Amino acid sequence: MDIKVENITKSYGRQKAVNRISFHVKTGEILGFLGPNGAGKTTTMKMITNYLIPEEGDIFIGGKSLLEEPEELKKHIGYLPENNPLYVDMPVIDYLEFSAEIQQIPREKIPERVREMVRVCGLNQEKHKKIGELSKGYRQRVGLAQAMIHDPEILILDEPTTGLDPNQIIEIRKLIRELGREKTVILSTHIMQEVEATCDRILIINKGEIVADGTADSLARQVQGQELLHVRIEDADPNEVFKALQQLPTVELVDFLDREKNRFEIQSKPDASSNREVFRLCTEKGWVLTEMIPIETKLEDIFRELTMN
Amino acid sequence: MRTIWTITRRELNSFFDSLMAYVMLLLFLGFSGLFTWLIGTNIFLIGQASLRTFFSVAYWTLFFFIPALTMGMIAQENNTGTIELLLTKPVTDRQLVVGKFTASLLLVVISLVFTLPYVITVASIGNLDQGAVIGGYLGLVLLSAAYISIGIYASSLTNNQIVAFLTALFIGIFFQIVFDMLSTTFGGVVGEIFRYLSLTTHFESMSRGVIDTKDLIYFISLVVLFLKMAEDSLAKRNL
Repeated sequence: MDIKVENITKSYGRQKAVNRISFHVKTGEILGFLGPNGAGKTTTMKMITNYLIPEEGDIFIGGKSLLEEPEELKKHIGYLPENNPLYVDMPVIDYLEFSAEIQQIPREKIPERVREMVRVCGLNQEKHKKIGELSKGYRQRVGLAQAMIHDPEILILDEPTTGLDPNQIIEIRKLIRELGREKTVILSTHIMQEVEATCDRILIINKGEIVADGTADSLARQVQGQELLHVRIEDADPNEVFKALQQLPTVELVDFLDREKNRFEIQSKPDASSNREVFRLCTEKGWVLTEMIPIETKLEDIFRELTMN
Repeated sequence: MRTIWTITRRELNSFFDSLMAYVMLLLFLGFSGLFTWLIGTNIFLIGQASLRTFFSVAYWTLFFFIPALTMGMIAQENNTGTIELLLTKPVTDRQLVVGKFTASLLLVVISLVFTLPYVITVASIGNLDQGAVIGGYLGLVLLSAAYISIGIYASSLTNNQIVAFLTALFIGIFFQIVFDMLSTTFGGVVGEIFRYLSLTTHFESMSRGVIDTKDLIYFISLVVLFLKMAEDSLAKRNL
């Protein structure tokens, strides 16, 4: 099932938390939702899960309007809210049974689903404990288990890896990637590596508006625009090299990184690449090219670029 | 229906898990038993095989206990955020409110069932007016239903249980005492209106064994009104 968000707006008092946002998530796609605190990520997720109703616009899930058929569509969504609220006085197994029942899973299938979730989320040791007695990592697993108990086609995960240790984070990411093969997943996070590791597509939102939409690569290109190379050319006079580099047709700007070690930074003209030209120049002049490092814009930089004013 | 029952069962279980149910049963049975049999105008002092004392004691105990029972029902879910989890499942606001209402009412009914030995004992002592007993019990159930819906409404307004408890008592006191007092102060048409609004009037006529549709309509409309208000206050998250 795909999710189509059309022009949704939501305000708290006078402040617009989400302002006319539209995007489309295809079936089987994992969408990473990025944005600084208070950008409107959680509000958008609350609207997709029908906890909040948008003031304007509509959300279509599998082509059907969420405003018109909320009860029917909610059955296809699994949701892990921010801070993972749970009934702390319930034992894990009872809670999962309750979740299964409220998702209207046929009664005879409930034990099987609960067993499956306990296995997938690694809760076997803890299943008879009360949720309040579990560590944060295990609570997060219970949160994921309740979100997936009815085998939903859509998963909405609001910061799924907060409070987990590095091993658990890797496990959960692996789990999300596996799930993402058949399911449509939207996950929000602050952690850039997480998005790079798990998501097919990235949506950056700031002050209630979408500021970027695309894959990690395409966003990098969008922000950076021009290619950047660090090169080291030895056995030559630095000033001579500097001049020769500047005269290459594809080069826009050359800068010394380290004059002593003959290191330069080369910025290419838009849509041009200089690495071949640099190599040819060196062979022609008999210089030794010992370093050539393409500098990539990291997702962190993209994020800062787009969300800082 | 299944959804409502699922919510009801979870609430009932949590009453019994958190000892709330046992405290409620113990205090309710203790108070009503004490006042019916041992203290004050007890049954031996009156010297009649009647349950009037029991009903009036239960009438006041329930008035205080029900807000304690319902105070956490929505306030706590608001506080911990579990309300979000619940309402993003295929559950409507109405099903949630009705499910919680049913759970509280069932607990009160269970408490009342435990007082049946009183009835049997009194009936074996003398000639018990059966109509009054049936009317009294029905009155207690209806009164509880009204106070439960008020309590759930109060609980839906806040995420603080103490605030919910006090709000429920505050609303309840109007129906329990204030309207009754106002009706004697004013008299005339205004007094009649207040008399009709007072819960005490309706409960007393029922506990005399007179089951009038006017009383039934009164209680049912109170329940419907406050549950609807609770539902609306849940929907206010959208403002």
